[in-house]
Amino acid sequence: MSLITPKRILIIVLGIVVLIILSTSFYTVEADEIAVVLLFGKSVRNTDPGLHFKLPFGIEKAIKVQIRKVFKEEFGFRTGDGRDFSAESLLLTADLSIADVEWVVQYKIKDPEKFLFSVRNPKFALRDLSEVVMSRVIGDRTVTEVLTVGRIEIASEVEQHLQTLLDLYETGLDVGKVTLQNVNPPDKVKPSYNAVNEAKQEKDRLINEAWRDYNQSIPKSKGLASQQISEAQGYALKRVNEAQGDADKFNSIRAEYQKAKEVTRKRLYLETMQDILPNIKEVYVIDSNTNTPIPILQLKE
Amino acid sequence: MKLSILIPIIVVVLLIVVLSSGMFYIVKEGEQVVITQFGRPVGEPIVDAGLKIKTPFIQQVHSFEKRILEWDDSPTQIPTKDKRFILLDTTARWRIVDALKYYQALGTEVLAISRLDDIINSAARDLVTAQLLIEAVRNSNSVLERKPETLEEEAGQSTEKLEAISIGREKITQKIHAKAQESLPRFGIELVDVQIKRINYVEEVREKVFTRMISERQRISEKYKSEGEGEAADIMGQKKKELERIQSEAYKEAEQIRGAADAQAIQIYAEAHGKDPEFFAFLQTLETYRKTNNASTKLILSTDSELYKYLKDSQAIRR
Repeated sequence: MSLITPKRILIIVLGIVVLIILSTSFYTVEADEIAVVLLFGKSVRNTDPGLHFKLPFGIEKAIKVQIRKVFKEEFGFRTGDGRDFSAESLLLTADLSIADVEWVVQYKIKDPEKFLFSVRNPKFALRDLSEVVMSRVIGDRTVTEVLTVGRIEIASEVEQHLQTLLDLYETGLDVGKVTLQNVNPPDKVKPSYNAVNEAKQEKDRLINEAWRDYNQSIPKSKGLASQQISEAQGYALKRVNEAQGDADKFNSIRAEYQKAKEVTRKRLYLETMQDILPNIKEVYVIDSNTNTPIPILQLKE
Repeated sequence: MKLSILIPIIVVVLLIVVLSSGMFYIVKEGEQVVITQFGRPVGEPIVDAGLKIKTPFIQQVHSFEKRILEWDDSPTQIPTKDKRFILLDTTARWRIVDALKYYQALGTEVLAISRLDDIINSAARDLVTAQLLIEAVRNSNSVLERKPETLEEEAGQSTEKLEAISIGREKITQKIHAKAQESLPRFGIELVDVQIKRINYVEEVREKVFTRMISERQRISEKYKSEGEGEAADIMGQKKKELERIQSEAYKEAEQIRGAADAQAIQIYAEAHGKDPEFFAFLQTLETYRKTNNASTKLILSTDSELYKYLKDSQAIRR
């Protein structure tokens, strides 16, 4: 008995055919994908994630498109690649200077049919058009605007124009976000930009120091001034009060003096002498008729 | 089943497969097809995708892209009207709109691309060379409408004066597009767009631009420095002025207060003493005595004085 009988060959052939049918008629679409099914090259339907059936032997083909994935293109740099991409990032500004702009475009495939069938290389188109739009938007701004105030504005303007172009050329792509990364002056010019920043800080420092000096002396001087005035006011009070006191005292004394002028006058004189003489070192009395002083009292010795 | 039956079956199946592979052909999405018979095109190009039939063996299928294709040449060096040498990098999108003409005139994409190189580059060169550089760099005059917000902008703008443009990038690219398109229909090609991707200075011009940018920055640095010094000096001046003002005002007020008080005191004294000037003089004299003596004072008194009058004149009472 031969091993190769027609029956066996037939079984083997049929088995192979069944295997091929099975293996070419089921396909899986992953969660972030969508599949476009082509019947003899013609797009007939889209299928969502899951296990699906299609006609075997390549009669129907399924092309999977990652419709939910966010893709990213980098301009002027590549993450994890230290090479110089300045040819991408050096852009001319409105004042004919040069700015070094690095940016990232995030995008999704929003229309798998267009993505597959209306542009041959949609990602290339995206790169190309991103550069077109960025250089145009930068070209409408001065280098200082680009470096300082314009960042967010530039990003959103690029986003907008880029989407318009991508739609116009039916790339099926959807721009999620355009982010400006490093925006710098060109390397050779950078030190002079830093010098400007230093000068700015130097200016602030000088002004702050001047104010510090100002603040060190002015409040103190104000305090001293008010001290001076208070002292004068004190003097004034003292002066007037004393004067008033003296005047009142004089008036009181005078009132009594008016009553007995001669007596009071003598008494006052003698009282004064009483007070003075004990403190005096030597008292000389001279006769009104002679010129020689005759000491008669030496109270201190 | 015998082998003698199986062989004819296999032969027939193979024959069908061979025949049908010559008879059927597939047009894929994004493709278009030109059918030729002994090298001569037959009928219109087929642009719809799907399974199609042709005469086997004698008809041939030539498929071409129906999708938008890219064109991107390396930058070309050109001068602008204002004699600035730049590297102009253009990019374009195109598609085969008439596959028959395309097949006859070019046939392959390599040929098409090299033709596009010539046509687009020369159109771009012609149009950009005729314009000032700013016309190609800028798209609008919006930059003129925005007021500079910082000192740097103010200072940074004066070297390269921002002048109004009359055409702008968008229009220039449209003109390049239109001009290039003129000679393309006979190739069955349509240019979808032409864009200026980037404009760069050639190396030596770039160095000069860097130098200019550096000198602009230096000017701004100097301005900041000098402003700082100026403002500091101003503040110092203000400080001195404030000090003088505060001190002199305080002096003035203090003296005014003192003067007024003195005047008031004088008035009070005068009013009181004026009632009896003689008595005041007397009292004041006594007070002076009190105040002007001390432990080393030597006092000489005349016997005529009030105090000694009684020593000398003890008999006075008797008188």
